[in-house]
Amino acid sequence: MMLLEVRDLTVTFPTPRGPLDAVRSLDLDLEPGGALGIVGESGSGKSMTSLAIMGLQPRAARRTGSVRLQGRELVGMSEADLRRVRGDRVAMVFQDPLSSLNPYYTVGLQIEEAYCAHRPGVTRREARKVAIAALERVRIRDAARRVNHYPHQFSGGMRQRVMIAMALSTEPELLIADEPTTALDVTVQAQILDLLQEIRRETGTGLVLITHDLAVVSEITDHIVVMKDGVCVERGAVEQIFTRPRHPYTQALLDAVPRIDDEIGELRAVAPGLAVAPDNGGPV
Amino acid sequence: MSEPLLRATHLVKEFPIMGTGGLLRRPATFRAVDDVSFEIRAGETLALVGESGSGKSTTARLAARLLDVTSGTVELDGEDVTALKRSELNRFRSEVQVVFQDPYSSLNPRHTVERIVTAPLVYQQRTIPGGPRAFTRSLMERVGLDPDHSQKYPAQFSGGQAQRIGIARALAVGPRVVVCDEAVSALDVSVQAQVINLLRDLQREEGLTYLFIAHDLAVVRQIATRVAVMTQGRIVEEGDRDSVFGAPRHEYTRTLLDAVPRIRPEWERQRRANAGRS
Repeated sequence: MMLLEVRDLTVTFPTPRGPLDAVRSLDLDLEPGGALGIVGESGSGKSMTSLAIMGLQPRAARRTGSVRLQGRELVGMSEADLRRVRGDRVAMVFQDPLSSLNPYYTVGLQIEEAYCAHRPGVTRREARKVAIAALERVRIRDAARRVNHYPHQFSGGMRQRVMIAMALSTEPELLIADEPTTALDVTVQAQILDLLQEIRRETGTGLVLITHDLAVVSEITDHIVVMKDGVCVERGAVEQIFTRPRHPYTQALLDAVPRIDDEIGELRAVAPGLAVAPDNGGPV
Repeated sequence: MSEPLLRATHLVKEFPIMGTGGLLRRPATFRAVDDVSFEIRAGETLALVGESGSGKSTTARLAARLLDVTSGTVELDGEDVTALKRSELNRFRSEVQVVFQDPYSSLNPRHTVERIVTAPLVYQQRTIPGGPRAFTRSLMERVGLDPDHSQKYPAQFSGGQAQRIGIARALAVGPRVVVCDEAVSALDVSVQAQVINLLRDLQREEGLTYLFIAHDLAVVRQIATRVAVMTQGRIVEEGDRDSVFGAPRHEYTRTLLDAVPRIRPEWERQRRANAGRS
């Protein structure tokens, strides 16, 4: 059974000029323990996709289609049931850890709170143990002491580790990471990407990684969906996308990426009016 | 060897730390730039690279005289410009201009393109050659914008187009040096490629000199002649682009280069081969 199975997902916003699809007829598949990359530029609908999977799309939006997690349909599920799924079976990590953490509480308290919300009846002492173990799992040294620190006492990279620790505290089957390293320095980014890889290997957690960075997805995911203007224009195994891209947009995007290893005479620009036809090759 | 066009010597910048110091006690200071020296020859691009907090942007601001140095000197074409006063700064500002990272926040949202790009000349009380309308049209053409949009506002342009307005404004006074402070960092990859191409074309055609501040090493590889690597307020390595990228000498440079995510070169080769066949 697929860990995540998305079918015909559409997110529509009402606008003065009529309804606008931010995401249109999107299909996604993720096997247990797999890593799926969703890449696209701004406005491609990639972030809206990650929110809509969890039912977190803005109130004004209408979501249709089907999102199945381990066979369980999430679309149409009651808010109370959804809340039990979120943070427990599926966890999310966002771009900016500082705005996702409450500056008034220690990171330990915040991890404990997230954990207790999904494990009614656990004692404070047990929750504290989980929080310390979670910080250790993301390689934060001296976790027993750091658990009592406030978010501002951590660097940007360390804060993102705290967010990942919190996300993993309930041992979810699926981690959705939306641009988790975009705000970080390149050396810190490398550490966080390594960490995500290690965690996948150790725990078998499935990963959906949303990013604009083609090099990042090429390093840590095994399947890729390329989005533009709300639709999937191409999907495939990572090697296939990077060696034999079929869609002109994917080809143009790959041509436009600056390479660190060589200077390209003329970076090829992506034609603005490039026609986008949804990829109907079926799910990955 | 020709004389360098822009030269910075032993630049130091210290900022007071908030909350320290008192009535009679001087506040403690943080040294953001610590003895930085560099030279840029006319028509070349020096890239200052580093991570956040390395002091690269502060260094750029000192070189552009947007900040006053704590000590050290900035020379333009052999002339010491470190202590220029207001009226003399106008002359400096017509030689050295800056393009900032976020086009929307560095362009006045209530002003038309025409007003934005002619503003530097107006401030300097210079006459606008050919009148504002014609001048704006020719500038817009130079940076690849539709000259018919000269009466539009920044919000009516996409990010890449807005950055072109920022470049047009910098070019308005006819500078010899343009300081690009993360000028392409906020742009989508497809748009970024276009703006990099534009900067390279302008350099080739008009002989511009760039001080290019960036954290993205792959972008720097596309545009730099020379590269200086900064960390903790100091330049730890400087050299020709290909030697810094190809044979980095300093440990920190190697760490930085190793950390950059890469698409596997063999995939890249295969893709080019496949693209050539189809």
